[in-house]
Amino acid sequence: MDASTATFPANVTKALADGQLQYAMTETGPRFIEKRTKARDALPEFDALRDQARDIKNHVLDHLDIYLERYEEKVQKSGGHVHWAQDAEEARAQILAICRKANAKLVTKGKSMISEEIDLNHYLSANGVEPVETDLGEYLIQIRNERPSHIIAPAVHLTRDQVEADFRKAHTHLDPNRDLTEIPALVEEARTVLRQKYFAADVGITGANFLVAETGTSIIVTNEGNGDLTQILPKVHIVIASIEKIVPTLEDAATILRVLARSATGQDFSNYTTLSTGPRREGDPDGPEEYHVVILDNGRSNVLGTEFQDMLRCIRCGACLNHCPVYNAVGGHAYGWVYPGPIGSVVTPALVGIEKAKHLPNASTFCGRCEEVCPMRIPLPKLLRHWREKEFEQHLQPQSIRWGLGVWAFFAKRPKLYRMATALAARVLTNQGHGKGRMSSLPLASGWTRYRDFPAPQGKTFQQLWKERRK
Amino acid sequence: MTARDAMLARIRSKTAKGSDETRRAAVDARLAQHPRNLIPERGIGDEDHRVRVFTEMMQAVGGSVEIVNDLNDVPDSISDYLRNSNLPAHVRRGSDPVLARLPWHRGTLEVAQGRAEETDRASVTRAFAGIAETGTIIQVSGQDNPTTLNFLPEVHIVVLEASAVFASYEEAWTKLRDEFGEGIMPRTVNMISGPSRTGDIEQTIVRPAHGPKNMHVIIVR
Repeated sequence: MDASTATFPANVTKALADGQLQYAMTETGPRFIEKRTKARDALPEFDALRDQARDIKNHVLDHLDIYLERYEEKVQKSGGHVHWAQDAEEARAQILAICRKANAKLVTKGKSMISEEIDLNHYLSANGVEPVETDLGEYLIQIRNERPSHIIAPAVHLTRDQVEADFRKAHTHLDPNRDLTEIPALVEEARTVLRQKYFAADVGITGANFLVAETGTSIIVTNEGNGDLTQILPKVHIVIASIEKIVPTLEDAATILRVLARSATGQDFSNYTTLSTGPRREGDPDGPEEYHVVILDNGRSNVLGTEFQDMLRCIRCGACLNHCPVYNAVGGHAYGWVYPGPIGSVVTPALVGIEKAKHLPNASTFCGRCEEVCPMRIPLPKLLRHWREKEFEQHLQPQSIRWGLGVWAFFAKRPKLYRMATALAARVLTNQGHGKGRMSSLPLASGWTRYRDFPAPQGKTFQQLWKERRK
Repeated sequence: MTARDAMLARIRSKTAKGSDETRRAAVDARLAQHPRNLIPERGIGDEDHRVRVFTEMMQAVGGSVEIVNDLNDVPDSISDYLRNSNLPAHVRRGSDPVLARLPWHRGTLEVAQGRAEETDRASVTRAFAGIAETGTIIQVSGQDNPTTLNFLPEVHIVVLEASAVFASYEEAWTKLRDEFGEGIMPRTVNMISGPSRTGDIEQTIVRPAHGPKNMHVIIVR
């Protein structure tokens, strides 16, 4: 699927007019926030753990080359294989080669954002290997041929009625008169349909939340148990993960796990946290016979050592999306690629190029909630600001914005003129507010005021008020 | 140059601060010492405290907990549990030596051995550890412990010795290192907190998703 990051403004207009999407977002959006708050309040050490989690990842990023080497040695020692992929194309080719060697026709998949990033499903299908997503949310968007609209809840944009319609379309072998009005019936149907796939699959592909250098272990975190059935039943298990998933030790993994689920779903711990090391051992009654890890760079190493490095601490919990007023208004698809929300607006320009994603850093009110809730303490507003600077340096903004900034700079550099102009503007705008304190339309800014009111100034400028209070 | 070497060289050129030796020494020290970070207070205390917190946390995530005083009572309590859940008196277990010694013949329970089959409705496993902090059980794969038993059947019954209920994950890591060696792991370590669930449709929690519908933990004092 092609990225539509370049048409962000048009995507937004469409999203705001989409009644079903708006219903889904307002119904479910606030629940994430409540759940996280409850989990945080129940753990007095939560903020101290966030500090430690941040420090662990900073240490890893400073020593990433060495940790990757240590990790590889350990995987090989346990009988597994490590494949290094510089970009999406290399990763896809390596995965297809493993599937071909196993004569695979059917591949089950646990949830993986990296798989979405490299658009693996379309590639496998085009090459004669059928991929089946087994996480319920991922399965839903797969049968709809969509991208995830949220990092941990890929189908958060859908209502139960849409799911029912999709299931009736996709599962034509089932009784057309079955009752699918309740959510448990939908879940039960997915369970039954996918059970068959687990047993039939030749290869299971999962992502990884962590790669542990100490032991050569990959860790996945799920609630459904789908990732486990995906990796223990087929003969071959392929893990796909990006370079920054490394943590040094089991202790470090435990620390970050303590902030992950709480930030994501508000659970103390996800239902299933699974540590996998190599293939099945001699005498083991089950488990895969082959274990492969594909480690993907895809532009991440370019971020190391730059002002953007902090983004590589991200553990993909989705808390910044849940707390973002922009995300909650427009949903994830408007962002146009794989990673939505504040972290998406920071990561996407790094991976696809700022020229293709120049609108995303502007999709922020800079309210700062994303940074407040980030378990890894990523300074998201600061990173967004860095991208805006890049955008300006590379002349990617429309002429009108550059012109506007030029006008502002002209006044800002001339204090006397600035004070006169702002005092005049404040008076004019106050009158425009007609005593209501807000305006529903503004000259030259109808695009902005179409969905929101502009607060009218209270009559005096900041400098005037400052002067008065100093007296 | 291979993709591997190119990637590592690029990462090195971007990250390297200080000499190669000091950087390697820092990594090797951390891997060898695996220092513990902050451990929450919640689970820390004597065995009674740990069992109590474990029980509360497991129940909070939809699992059930029963405490027995004698390992030999386990088969009877499994029979009772299955009867009360309207399930046939049939379980599948691995060949774990502690489970193997139990008096399975006493009741009417049928016990099969080996990896889970598609038709199995209930399994019994012996936990490697329990973690009070979040009501989590830890299963370790091996000849005696098929991983499929944790996921395929409708009901997963876990036998957990009270002495193996730890305050935190970190104590289970220590036990793993003691039994398997430094830096060596069994193929699969499953940390399981309650029955399978999903919130993927309208964020409504539904149990089960793909794994067991019920998790029943029998703690043996």
